[in-house]
Amino acid sequence: MSTHALSADETNPTFYLVEEDDHDHAAGGGGTMLGFWIYLMSDALIFATLFATYGVLSTSYAGGPAPRQIFELPLVAINTAMLLLSSITYGMAMIEMEANRVRATQLWLAITGLFGLAFVGIELHEFAGLIAEGATPQRSAFLSGFFTLVGTHGLHVTVGLVWIVVMLVQVAQRGLIVENKRRLMCLGMFWHLLDVVWIGVFTFVYLLGVLR
Amino acid sequence: MSVLDGNHDAALHSHGDTHGHGSRRGYLIGFALSVVLTAIPFWLVMSGVLADVQTTVLLVIALAFVQIVVHTVFFLHVNTRAEGGWTLMALIFTTVLVVIVISGSLWIMYHLNSNMMPMAPGTMPATP
Repeated sequence: MSTHALSADETNPTFYLVEEDDHDHAAGGGGTMLGFWIYLMSDALIFATLFATYGVLSTSYAGGPAPRQIFELPLVAINTAMLLLSSITYGMAMIEMEANRVRATQLWLAITGLFGLAFVGIELHEFAGLIAEGATPQRSAFLSGFFTLVGTHGLHVTVGLVWIVVMLVQVAQRGLIVENKRRLMCLGMFWHLLDVVWIGVFTFVYLLGVLR
Repeated sequence: MSVLDGNHDAALHSHGDTHGHGSRRGYLIGFALSVVLTAIPFWLVMSGVLADVQTTVLLVIALAFVQIVVHTVFFLHVNTRAEGGWTLMALIFTTVLVVIVISGSLWIMYHLNSNMMPMAPGTMPATP
């Protein structure tokens, strides 16, 4: 009786059924991937409110500088290229991860991190230049909205960089185990979403700002 | 435990495609499209080829929306199959909220600005 109840035949089919039910959640993530996606959607809402705030305040210069006078489009173009390149290199890391090539995954992850670092570095350089010119967040409502929106995005990229470093350590220590693959997939969604938000930033803040 | 891991691993390999990882080709197509869709608006604005600013504005906005769709499909791999369609549903719901939040804010605050402009005494229009 007891051996029957505890036999492998009794327990394994249960796992199979569970697995079959959620077979779309690969990597043993259960609902993790969907849950993380819901988090990303809430993050998108944060950016939506910041975009709305910026949109409302974007012409309130309070006698301070206008976008045309302070934005340097070549610098923004380089920054955009950095983020776009980091997206494709992350894609390469995902492909190597699925092929279970640890070294190549680490290499592409590290390259992604370097592009991300370049992005944050260029953005900080831009902010430092603006502040040196007197275009501080306190100067006008337009600049408050600008620094809040672009700064929040930069902060997200910085968090992504920290996450990349953590994953490099994790993969180095434990290899491409199922848990690490799941984490790398979440990080990938996070990273790509930041690129999507940046499309909104360079279009509505920089390009349309200069046209205004 | 090892049996469980084995099941997960098997699931990972057999369902790798439906879960929404891209192929190398998919990523490269997405990247190529993104480069073009980024380069065109920057070129339009920086060179000022179009004399009409309004047309430039509309083109730049349209290209941004196309690029967002490209990223969503090729990089974020949102489709009707991933997670049983729930990622797509969540995305649609979020898009609706984003549109309401942004357009609603702009609409209300624009009218607030134009209706509450500071006026000199005596210029107030007569109201019933």
